[in-house]
Amino acid sequence: MQLTVWTYEGPPHVGAMRVATGMEGLHYVLHAPQGDTYADLLFTMIERRNQRPPVTYTTFAARDLGKDTAELFKTAARGAYERFKPQAMIVGASCTGTLIQDDPGGLAKALALPVPVVTVDLPAYQRKENWGAAETFYQLVRALAGPKAPPPGSQRPARPAGQRPTCNLLGPTALGFRHRDDVREITSLLNQLGIDVSVTAPMGATPADLARLGDADFNVVMYPEIASQAASWLQRMFHQPFTKVVPIGVSATREFIKEVAALAGVDPEPVLKNSSSRLTWYSHSVDSTYLTNKRVFIFGDATHVVAAARIASQEIGFKVVGLGTYSREFGREIREAAKLYDVEPLITDDYLEVEAKVAELHPELVLGTQMERHIAKRLGVPCAVISAPVHVQDFPARYAPQMGFEGANVIFDTWVHPLMMGLEEHLLQMFRDDFEFKDGAAPSHLGHAPVAEVAAPAMAADVAIAEVTTTTVTTETTTTTVVWAADAEKELRKIPFFVRGKARRNTERYASEIGVATITVETLYDAKAHFSR
Amino acid sequence: MTVQLQGCAAPAAQDGAAPVVRHERGQHEVFCGLTGIVWLHRKIQDAFFLVVGSRTCAHLIQSAAGVMIFAEPRFGTAIMEEKDLAGLTDANDELDRIVAQLIARRPDIKLLFLVGSCPSEVIKLDLSRAALRLSKRFMPQVRVLSYTGSGLETTFTQGEDACLASLVPELPASTSTETSLLVVGSLADVVEDQFIRIFDALGIKSVQFLPPRNSTSLPSVGPNTKFLLAQPFLADTARELENRGATRLAAPFPLGVEGTTAWLRAAADAFGVDAALFDKVTQPARSRAERALENFRQDLAGRRIFFFPDSQLEIPLARFLSRELSMQLVEVGTPYLHREHLAEELKLLPAGVAITEGQDVDLQLDRCRAARPDLAVCGLGLANPLEAEGMTTKWAIELVFTPIQGYDQASDLAELFARPLVRRAKLVA
Ligand code: SF4
Repeated sequence: MQLTVWTYEGPPHVGAMRVATGMEGLHYVLHAPQGDTYADLLFTMIERRNQRPPVTYTTFAARDLGKDTAELFKTAARGAYERFKPQAMIVGASCTGTLIQDDPGGLAKALALPVPVVTVDLPAYQRKENWGAAETFYQLVRALAGPKAPPPGSQRPARPAGQRPTCNLLGPTALGFRHRDDVREITSLLNQLGIDVSVTAPMGATPADLARLGDADFNVVMYPEIASQAASWLQRMFHQPFTKVVPIGVSATREFIKEVAALAGVDPEPVLKNSSSRLTWYSHSVDSTYLTNKRVFIFGDATHVVAAARIASQEIGFKVVGLGTYSREFGREIREAAKLYDVEPLITDDYLEVEAKVAELHPELVLGTQMERHIAKRLGVPCAVISAPVHVQDFPARYAPQMGFEGANVIFDTWVHPLMMGLEEHLLQMFRDDFEFKDGAAPSHLGHAPVAEVAAPAMAADVAIAEVTTTTVTTETTTTTVVWAADAEKELRKIPFFVRGKARRNTERYASEIGVATITVETLYDAKAHFSR
Repeated sequence: MTVQLQGCAAPAAQDGAAPVVRHERGQHEVFCGLTGIVWLHRKIQDAFFLVVGSRTCAHLIQSAAGVMIFAEPRFGTAIMEEKDLAGLTDANDELDRIVAQLIARRPDIKLLFLVGSCPSEVIKLDLSRAALRLSKRFMPQVRVLSYTGSGLETTFTQGEDACLASLVPELPASTSTETSLLVVGSLADVVEDQFIRIFDALGIKSVQFLPPRNSTSLPSVGPNTKFLLAQPFLADTARELENRGATRLAAPFPLGVEGTTAWLRAAADAFGVDAALFDKVTQPARSRAERALENFRQDLAGRRIFFFPDSQLEIPLARFLSRELSMQLVEVGTPYLHREHLAEELKLLPAGVAITEGQDVDLQLDRCRAARPDLAVCGLGLANPLEAEGMTTKWAIELVFTPIQGYDQASDLAELFARPLVRRAKLVA
């Protein structure tokens, strides 16, 4: 058992729902109790979909358990086919449905429905949402495109001369973070290169579209979490190569252009020469100097975290002080990225652990999911959202991709917006005692909401960074209790609140290292000199 | 329309002419009982709710709560993993480990509910035995109780019923010979305070509430206890209270002016409160509430409303909307109809009203589309799709999360129904 407060990912059948809901002409029959129908609201409320997800739940109850839940499943599946007339169906069970062992696949087969029925067996007690989405997509692709696979050993026929190269876009689903806009951005980028998109899947694809996936020259894996497995299978069966670069950020987008151009056999130079992102110029403009080495902590799904770290470090000039992911399946990618920035990777789906880490690192900006938004809000740290899971406000009405050059523009704006502007920050620092520059003044463009003084997370007392006067500092060798002299405490208050916690910790660490029991103003500035970068 | 209690002019079902209730079986589109934790953990301030379930259960509560609570909530899920399914001994050991971990981390917790789910029920993990075992270990610091919120057994608000029912055997026996009043069902604190003032003015001094705001102030119960249900979904809790000797006062529910008056009157009559005093105490609030309701009559009168089943509040709400705001009831769905507890309500419904118990969501959507009501009251999964089809909706869950009982909330309640209509009329684009 694992004690969980908030979860980053839902159960695997929610991943299957994200695939089914993204597609058209597909229906999902799910053996599940009534409460599991909550999942509909993820799509209708958070993503504001104007249709119910194409899911029929059997909603078996206690009284059915003694009787015939299998019959209930068959009735539901038959009824769903009659009512919705889908091109294909998927069948499966939720966590409780799995336990009653009714074999939805076998039952559906017995119904001999006149459309393909694909069974998705998802291990509900081991796996989670993204895995469920990947597995469902893979099973669908196998079942629907499989019959068209060329015999083993055969070669891919060459593209007829004069025909534009084609590719599929793989990975976007319902409820994905900016998937809708990323698809538009990448489709238009590919068009500029002279490459046509044959099928985008799962989002917007019908079962018939999946059946013709093999026609394209190559695949673009937009979201490896969801599309890797299907893309590898397509490569094996149809000899379709797939892309490895995820085009989030200016450099990654440029690499992506070169990668797809090579796969398609077209010249990338005209597009590379003509395209630019404002991110690059905005970062170079002197106004952005104040962004230099701002400390950022990054958490989310692996793809977005790896991309965000690269942008943060190389394209905006922040300093990555920590990064991590909730998806253990992609731990390797995160560990590799962590090496680049010389930080410890945090691979956990425990929200409290992430909160403790943010409190400990005391970053100046958090880039994360909606969970980190809550963490950052509580700790009084600015935050921008870069990855699922996200909430209703992260499905903006406007066009706001993450991928491509426009995505880079969006990212620059989104990440810089929560920060205090450069000159404002200087003025605050110079005139601490101005009565209007109260502690915790919010950036002037963000209204008057005072930012809460950094408080220790409720349950992570071991990383307390609250304003305490006596602190026990544990170093590798000794444990000393250091005390702040009144004037030092007063001086500390002149340091902007968003770096004060760090200054306090550093000073205490320094004091205990050099064996000083009472921190004076001198100790404070000695420590500042000691740690200055 | 002036609301009158006795001899009301509105057509009502005559005795013996009970409304026709249609039963429906098919896909239910409702939350399970775990959802009650979202409000119960705020209500009982020193209680923690530990769901023993799957990732689905954790995700349900989180989605129902909308991750709206920034602080660490007083609920969590012990998510079962593959190895917990393999053997019950291991599952019990794991549960003990998690509870110990939790209690160590949250010394402020005095009452811990182990909340059963579908998976824990299907694998027959006996949480009542686990609660006994853990109580023995952690008393007096923490009392451990159990109930089920599983979707196999409970629909949405029935989770609160199961929770409160599990508390009843823990209530101290009442030693006083004086009759006391117990109000049963979660109410917003502000509503409780209003009722306390009214009961006090009526001379009913001994009033207690279940659930209490704090587990250390559990109400006492015994043969001298008379109880009023503040919520219509408390079948098991009422039975448990009756087992302790308490007597239920039959009444409609305190929604709207009429419902609140009848509900208070049931208590007043049982406590021998003089009719003149009753009128003197309640009249100012009644008049004020009726004036406030006036503002919404124009928006709502004559409008046709359709209820999808959700919280079991549907019947009292339908009664309020039809009698005090002259709305027309197209269909009133309820997940479950407790005929005895709702008897006073059913009497007040217009003759021939279509009540549906249970659900087949696809068929019900067909009926709703065919009827094109002015307002459909439905769950979060259905609201936007219906809006996109041009219908106006009200999310049912808001009716559970908002203070709506009592005189001073009657117009707030009306406003919840008027707002979607006003909004649709305002938007031109
Ligand atoms: S219906 Fe059952 S499995 Fe689903 S969330 Fe509710 S308790 Fe958990």
